[in-house]
Amino acid sequence: MKLFKQNRIFNLSIKSQKIVLIIFLITLFIGLYEALILSPQDYLQGDSVRIMYVHVPSAWISLGIFSTIAFLSFLVFIFKNKNFFLIAKSLAPAGLVFNIIALVTGSLWGKPTWGTWWAWDARVTSMLILCLFYLMYIIAWRIFENKNYVIKVTSLIAIVGAINVPVVKFSVSWWSTLHQPASVNLMSETTIHSSMLIPLAIMTAAFVLFSLLIFLMKYNTELIKIKNKGLDRL
Amino acid sequence: MIINFLNMNGYGLYVHLSFLFTLASFFGLYFVIRYQFVKEQNKFSAKFGALSSDKAIVAKTQKINKEILAASSLSKI
Repeated sequence: MKLFKQNRIFNLSIKSQKIVLIIFLITLFIGLYEALILSPQDYLQGDSVRIMYVHVPSAWISLGIFSTIAFLSFLVFIFKNKNFFLIAKSLAPAGLVFNIIALVTGSLWGKPTWGTWWAWDARVTSMLILCLFYLMYIIAWRIFENKNYVIKVTSLIAIVGAINVPVVKFSVSWWSTLHQPASVNLMSETTIHSSMLIPLAIMTAAFVLFSLLIFLMKYNTELIKIKNKGLDRL
Repeated sequence: MIINFLNMNGYGLYVHLSFLFTLASFFGLYFVIRYQFVKEQNKFSAKFGALSSDKAIVAKTQKINKEILAASSLSKI
């Protein structure tokens, strides 16, 4: 249990921030070189396929982060552990930024591929709804002062928003959409060649490291905020 | 070769804008979060410095307060 003491977590996360930043930068440079120079063109989409290396990891991570926030919010209701909401709150900014990146790069990919910047397609619309849930979650933390009330409201937003996560994931299978079906599958065969899969994996690793870095910084900021309030009460 | 890289067979605008937007978002988010972190650290150091000696002794019994003070002198690099 000693490992979970706040001062140990704070000390460990402060020390690991620089290591994560260095590994992130190295991974990002390798990923960019692979994605922009080494990886081949697509036989159909040409060089525009390179947008995939920023669009797909961003979408995956924004979905992953929201699922984690929803799961932690559910745990908050059961265990009333203040660390869970602190972790959930600290994950949200990175999740929102990755969601916006996925939407913007998707739009930039849509113009040469579909001939339009935007379509009210099932996948695109459900990603936009996810972005709105992220915004509601973050804004709720800013506007409500009462701690117990804000925890309830944000947890409710995250749990309701979690219904949208499987909609985003399976929208391409459930409806006839402009968006292509998933090429990378964990449960079935992946239909993407290794020359494209490797850069995609490296860029995903870089993006995961970046979200970890932002999470560590935000989590420490939140801890210091709490301790600042503690000093006021002395 | 540079022209080819920039042009990317006509898709250069879309590809480079996507990567630039992603990197700019990373920089923006990193600096906003870093700014908030340093601001809270400075606020904590200032509040801690303004405590009376009795209150400072009480505050120092919490290990995390010492860690925050130590980190505020480390993380200004």
